[in-house]
Amino acid sequence: MGRIQLESVTKSFGDVQVIPPLDLTIEDGEFAVFVGPSGCGKSTLLRLIAGLEETTSGSIMIDGQDVTQVSPSKRGLAMVFQTYALYPHMTVRKNIAFPMRMAGLSEAEQEKRIMAAAESLNLTDYLDRKPGQLSGGQRQRVAIGRAIVRDPEAFLFDEPLSNLDAALRVGMRLEITEMHERMKTTMIYVTHDQVEAMTMADKIVVLRAGVIEQVGSPLELYRAPRSLFVAGFIGSPKMNFIEGEEADKRDAKTIGIRPEHIDVVEDGGIWQGKVGVAEHLGSDTFFHVHGTNLADTLTVRTVGDVALRHGDTIQLRPREDELLRFDDAGLRIA
Amino acid sequence: MAIVAQSSNASRASRATLAWIVGLLFFFPIFWMVLTSFKTDADAVKPEFLIFFQPTLENYLNMTENYDYWRFARNSVITAVFATIFALAVGIPCAYAMAFNPSRSTKDVLMWMLSTKMLPAAAVLYPMTFLTKSMGLFDTKFLIIVVLMLINLPIVIWMLFTYFKEIPKEIIEAGQMDGVNTWGEIREILIPLAWGGIASTALLCFIFCWNEAYWTVRLTTTDAATLSKLIEGNRAPEGLFFGRLSAVSTAAVGPIVVLGWFCQKQLVQGLTFGAVK
Repeated sequence: MGRIQLESVTKSFGDVQVIPPLDLTIEDGEFAVFVGPSGCGKSTLLRLIAGLEETTSGSIMIDGQDVTQVSPSKRGLAMVFQTYALYPHMTVRKNIAFPMRMAGLSEAEQEKRIMAAAESLNLTDYLDRKPGQLSGGQRQRVAIGRAIVRDPEAFLFDEPLSNLDAALRVGMRLEITEMHERMKTTMIYVTHDQVEAMTMADKIVVLRAGVIEQVGSPLELYRAPRSLFVAGFIGSPKMNFIEGEEADKRDAKTIGIRPEHIDVVEDGGIWQGKVGVAEHLGSDTFFHVHGTNLADTLTVRTVGDVALRHGDTIQLRPREDELLRFDDAGLRIA
Repeated sequence: MAIVAQSSNASRASRATLAWIVGLLFFFPIFWMVLTSFKTDADAVKPEFLIFFQPTLENYLNMTENYDYWRFARNSVITAVFATIFALAVGIPCAYAMAFNPSRSTKDVLMWMLSTKMLPAAAVLYPMTFLTKSMGLFDTKFLIIVVLMLINLPIVIWMLFTYFKEIPKEIIEAGQMDGVNTWGEIREILIPLAWGGIASTALLCFIFCWNEAYWTVRLTTTDAATLSKLIEGNRAPEGLFFGRLSAVSTAAVGPIVVLGWFCQKQLVQGLTFGAVK
């Protein structure tokens, strides 16, 4: 069981409050992702849950037990670090065995779990190597192995994939997601990459300057962002924001529309402009359109290959029912 | 190209020459001391026997027979070894705490520790002498061990702190997440990882203890007297016997020179305070 509750938790470094009072519940078995730009407090929040940082006020509960004053070693959580943080003087086998040895498990049980973990993480051939002899991806697997053998209440991941190259990242992303499906253990995952957040999470927590902007499932955040910030942060390419006359017509300060909700039409478009960069991906084409008098650039996504080139005039028709409207404070008008 | 190569060769040669000169300059007194130790007291002061003389072991025999060299040597070993062990026993947890759980005053504490080294030892000579005498600790090995440990503790903590700082904080945090308590962390993670640094620190501390002369001479008479005291005690009222004195000095510095020779690499690392990885 691993239900994690934060009740009016705050954190200050000196006079600087990085986390204003914050409440959050992560249900048992949930895959929660903390996402936000760098400096938004997502890593600090994770470290507060881990116990590596002390809360300034408020309380943290794991399964209903107040662990605010409990040391990290007694919280029963496992953590995977961005820098892997393997013990360089120990072999892979000893690294993975370490938490079990500290917990006083029998040798036989340790060996059984090491083999199971090594098998599921493809590390069987590397058990007697030192971390220095492994590649980045293998090191991260060892770090995950060290976390899973403990059978923790919850896993904490602190940007675990950001030191890996793009191809490996996609692979590891799938592995971690599959691991969650298999184990059904609570996982909290910190990332600044919204693609990771969208693909992995049951629940995304969007943070900005220590404040939770919105909590919801990936599609909730995508379809119904609460604010301009969330709307702009979630989704790639980014949502288009338009101010001025077009927004006024729709009784809003700003209107937002995702690139795939603008149709390219032969004629009779509501908006028109000139194609700047056209990105032909085969399955999709992205047009960066200039000169629309709406915004510097409008990004438009069409399915398939559309034969418009740089400098061509393009006719656009937004899907009115997909338009999002935002008020002066940047909050969405329902 | 050729000119560049030549000039760099020349500068390398001149640098090597300079290094040799400096090295010989430092080595010469030791060489002279060893040489003199094999001369009779009479020969030692005669210019005609500067280099060529009839070598004798008389001084060494005299030293072991009349002065009980081995007792002094044993005291030196015991006090230096235990002072080093205790300094590490205090220094490692202390440096660990400051390196991985720094507070606002950590820097100040470190500076304060260093500032204790700036106090002139002579300023506390009389208080120390009277206090230790009235406490019945004067001329005990225990006292010398405590004193040697305390005077070297600032250096030991500074050095360890510098080495520990090089260990990524995440590794220590990973240990905490893996369920290790503080002692386990020091034993299982910190010490194995900082082993080279700890060894350099221990070696340097041991050398400082061994060479210490101010307190070991003044706070001992016979029971806890170290080799420093033996050298100092060779000032006879009739004047200095250079042959004898050189033999005693050679026997006192000998062990430490040999130790230093074998641990050169560690020592260099220690003296550069972890700057060279």
